[in-house]
Amino acid sequence: MTFELTGAVRERGVDLSLHVDTAEVLAVLGPNGSGKSTAMSLIAGLLRPDSGTASLDGRVLFDLGRPGRAHVWVPPHARGVALLAQEPLLFPHLSALDNVAFGPRSVGRQRSASRAVAQRWLAEVDAEEYADRKPAQLSGGQAQRIAVARALAADPRLLLLDEPMAALDVAVAPAVRQMLRRVLHDRSAVIVTHDVLDALLLADRVVVIDGGRVVEEGPTAQLLARPRSAFAARIAGLNMVRGRREGHGVRSHDGLFVEGLAEEPVAEGQEALAVFRPSAVGVYREPPGGSLRNVISVTITELEPQGDQVRVRTADLSADVTVAAVAELDLAPQTPVVFGVKASEVAIYRA
Amino acid sequence: MTRGSRQVGLPPWLFAPAAVGALFLVLPLVAMLSRVEWGDFFGLIGSDSSVAALKLSLRTSSVSTVLCVLLGVPLAMVLARTTFRGQQLLRSLVLLPLVLPPVVGGIALLYTFGRRGLLGHTFEVLGIQVAFSTTAVVMAQTFVALPFLVVSLEGALRTVGGRFEAVASTLGARPTTVFRRVTLPLVLPGLVSGAVLSFARSLGEFGATITFAGSLQGVTRTLPLEIYLQRETDADAAVALSLVLVFVAVVVIGFARGRGAI
Repeated sequence: MTFELTGAVRERGVDLSLHVDTAEVLAVLGPNGSGKSTAMSLIAGLLRPDSGTASLDGRVLFDLGRPGRAHVWVPPHARGVALLAQEPLLFPHLSALDNVAFGPRSVGRQRSASRAVAQRWLAEVDAEEYADRKPAQLSGGQAQRIAVARALAADPRLLLLDEPMAALDVAVAPAVRQMLRRVLHDRSAVIVTHDVLDALLLADRVVVIDGGRVVEEGPTAQLLARPRSAFAARIAGLNMVRGRREGHGVRSHDGLFVEGLAEEPVAEGQEALAVFRPSAVGVYREPPGGSLRNVISVTITELEPQGDQVRVRTADLSADVTVAAVAELDLAPQTPVVFGVKASEVAIYRA
Repeated sequence: MTRGSRQVGLPPWLFAPAAVGALFLVLPLVAMLSRVEWGDFFGLIGSDSSVAALKLSLRTSSVSTVLCVLLGVPLAMVLARTTFRGQQLLRSLVLLPLVLPPVVGGIALLYTFGRRGLLGHTFEVLGIQVAFSTTAVVMAQTFVALPFLVVSLEGALRTVGGRFEAVASTLGARPTTVFRRVTLPLVLPGLVSGAVLSFARSLGEFGATITFAGSLQGVTRTLPLEIYLQRETDADAAVALSLVLVFVAVVVIGFARGRGAI
């Protein structure tokens, strides 16, 4: 284990613990204001928690507020933790090359040696041709590449990425994501993101933070396929019903009953989750007859085009239908409809 | 919105007071220009006492500008980048000389560094006599000019924000390195315009100087003091010397505006 953190910041209602293994990329997901950025500031040393401890490669970064223990506080510059923010934040008075050389220069290396290191990292992020440009002459995607090179040139033991793609054009984000995928290989890193693609392509493991606490964690693929928090279900694009096991299904706290197949034994009355994909949901104007086990009356709140499909949203559940079906069924917000789901499409597991 | 693309028109009655205001500021300068004896301009500003006053003004203002930078940069950093109890109070006190009548500043300095002042005795034991010396001129100028530098630099520091500094520190830069290689270059325009304003304020200093430093030719009589004295004996020389100060002021404003500072 290379990095461990527990820290509480009372003022922001944050009380977290995280760990990152050697050469592991951890994605931190969570709604706005859930404490993700606070976690990053704690790790980087830009925010001092009321209490907690952190260590990186066996070295204590901070140890605060524990009775009978001397306080330890390592300042940001001595932590070996580099931060890449949403905006590139390249130093505007330095060329791209000197920006990248900033880290090596700051730890006392010679100008020429630092520039050689910077050249190598610029090549690594495919940005050699911009070496002599000032940040004002770079596009958002180019600047963010150089910011990545700058962070890596500082040779951090742990790299922090705080929504690195959020400020980029949709058109350039995929190329930057590919580049990150390449340079993060074999590195310890924490990436805060809103985007399920970032988690899938970049991270080995995911933690979900909500209300300042870790509510869920696990390997990326597993967590996204079988989410346990409402937030994870939402970003994985899955319908989730939380309730108690009852017969062949799950009964939610407000009475909704969903029947499905249990992936593991779940005892009657135990807290359980029923999860199914929006594409497994059929939409009807009248309750259909036949073998359909789950027939749920809902009211449409929103229609959202997604490629050649339309996502039909209701208060709790969503369905994916074709554009033709929307026209044929004359669907619109406020329309009362019936959702039908086959029990075999619903996975039930312990909460 | 770019020039010329105003969507909402101004109320027409606004233009009259605006024109009066502009005239009020410009007319006195025009009046003064009309009184200058151009034929003998260099003779008028070239007398021994005038040249001595000009030299003294330039010398003392330069020194006090350097002092403003040396003291004002750390002060602005502390005000902009830290939080501590009493910070608001300190900020108000630092800005006080901006609104204080300079004469009052001079009296305050006199009761601090004068022979009977708070620190006067200490200075006397050390064999230093501050009041009514060129040192006193520099101190009076620094006293009134320092807030200009602090205000302009603190504003620049707040505009730039601390995010570049945070990134620099996570790249391994110690606080001194961050200050030298990131903070200072980023606020350089603000620092330069602050220094220029401080220089201009020092050059024009009158009240605190005459109260604390007196008016000894070649020692404490700066250009504004010289103009005030000349006015009673040789009005033409006073006007000519005033024009020199107007010229310096125009250069200073042009310089600061060129940097987008004011």
